Amino acid sequence: MHAESHPPITLGRVETGLPDPLDQVREMVRACMQCGSCTASCPNAASMDLTPRQMWRALLFGFTDEVLASQTFWMCSACYSCTLRCPRGLPLTQAMATLKRLAAQHGPAAARRKGTFYQAFIDNVHKYGRVQEVDLMFHYFMAMRDPRLPLRFTPVGMKLLAKGKLHPPSSRHKGVLDDLFNRVRELEGNP
Amino acid sequence: MSYAYYPGCSLTESALEYDVSTRLVFERLCLGLNEIDGWTCCGAGAVDAVSGLLALALPARNLGLAAKQYPGKDMLVPCSACYLNHLRVQEETRKDRKLAARVNQTIAGENLTLDPAIRVRHLLDVLVNDVGGERIAQAVLMPLEGLTVAPYYGCQALRPYPVFDNPERPASMNGILAALGATVLDWDKAAVCCGASLMATHQDTALRDVAGILGAAAEADCVATVCPLCQMNLEAYQKQALRGSERAQAVAIVYLPQLMGLAMGLSPADVLLSKNLALTDRLSAALDRQSRQANIGSFRSDNHNRRVSPCSRTSSSR
Repeated sequence: MHAESHPPITLGRVETGLPDPLDQVREMVRACMQCGSCTASCPNAASMDLTPRQMWRALLFGFTDEVLASQTFWMCSACYSCTLRCPRGLPLTQAMATLKRLAAQHGPAAARRKGTFYQAFIDNVHKYGRVQEVDLMFHYFMAMRDPRLPLRFTPVGMKLLAKGKLHPPSSRHKGVLDDLFNRVRELEGNP
Repeated sequence: MSYAYYPGCSLTESALEYDVSTRLVFERLCLGLNEIDGWTCCGAGAVDAVSGLLALALPARNLGLAAKQYPGKDMLVPCSACYLNHLRVQEETRKDRKLAARVNQTIAGENLTLDPAIRVRHLLDVLVNDVGGERIAQAVLMPLEGLTVAPYYGCQALRPYPVFDNPERPASMNGILAALGATVLDWDKAAVCCGASLMATHQDTALRDVAGILGAAAEADCVATVCPLCQMNLEAYQKQALRGSERAQAVAIVYLPQLMGLAMGLSPADVLLSKNLALTDRLSAALDRQSRQANIGSFRSDNHNRRVSPCSRTSSSR
């Protein structure tokens, strides 16, 4: 490809010589031709600060900090409409998920907070083997330290309680995944 | 014919009625469901945002268990998120041997390995392609006549891997619903996202998604779902989503196998309809009409016989 012979244009982050945490996502969307099919297909684009198309552009132009601080990828509900329709066949939903992961590691404090639910979910799975919904929401609320948050889920909690759908966590599969989690951590340490 | 069955976490908790009705319908269809012993969470939609390798390792463990316990069987999954996670492991490790080796290392502690031959199947895929409308129609004792159903597919059963239906305009449920005697609502929200886990993280956005779907389903007596997360978002957050919306009309949300069970002569109690969070008078009235239309006396005795041994009776009569 001709484009490969030119170095990528970087306008955003000052060149530090350090590897950019978003380079792996940049590789995923390198071939973006800015057609906007992703934005047009996205059910949640109206809630985003940058549209998906704009975010890919910002990313390719080197605006790493701006992308990490953006709301866009946090609004992705993984419906895969953009992935399906992208005329370049780019793994856009995967790129959104990778941005969530990288922002929780390298982003500003506000972005790290947004990763709380996903981390609480995985901690719950690690501990119990199978998701224990009540315990998950409890730990999520505790980690978010926002007294208003539980109130938003109270009506649903009451309904589930009335239907006998809220249970104390089951310990039957506790610890079953310890070995798997350890092995994943070890392997991710040496890619 | 039987399957290795992976119910997934939701079906043991908030979506118990999906599990119970699926098992009952498979019994009626004389198909075996062998629950994978010791299965664990697949990571759902959250794991991708935490670790790329874990997103493959968690489902890989279940696939390894299925390969060991039920070699050669397809793995049947009723939850769309669980389905996608397991299918993705098979698709990605099949074309990348280095990745397959890495994923196998994560489950080696329990002496498990992936079997590239295992097919991961969504419940809907099995119902459409292995069972088919004809066999379903034969099992129907109380057709759902006069009931208009909006088939809702959501996302991950269809995308990114379009295995058994058109991912833009899905139609696979039409044949099943027609076999049940129901009328299918032709609508444009069948494959539009419900907001998924945004309901936990960005509720306003997810509520808008839900409101759009419910508004479009206003003509239907109920919406039929094939995913516990779609079901939860559409039923549990319905009041919040419809607040302030002009077309604020409650819509009943039920799992497809619950409807199938009702048409096959099971009672609302059998399919745990009482567990559903969004039931409407409109649906109750439609179901009452339907049960009156069917000949209740003969249905009951027939139902009883079938419950004793539906499969042996079917096979001996042939």
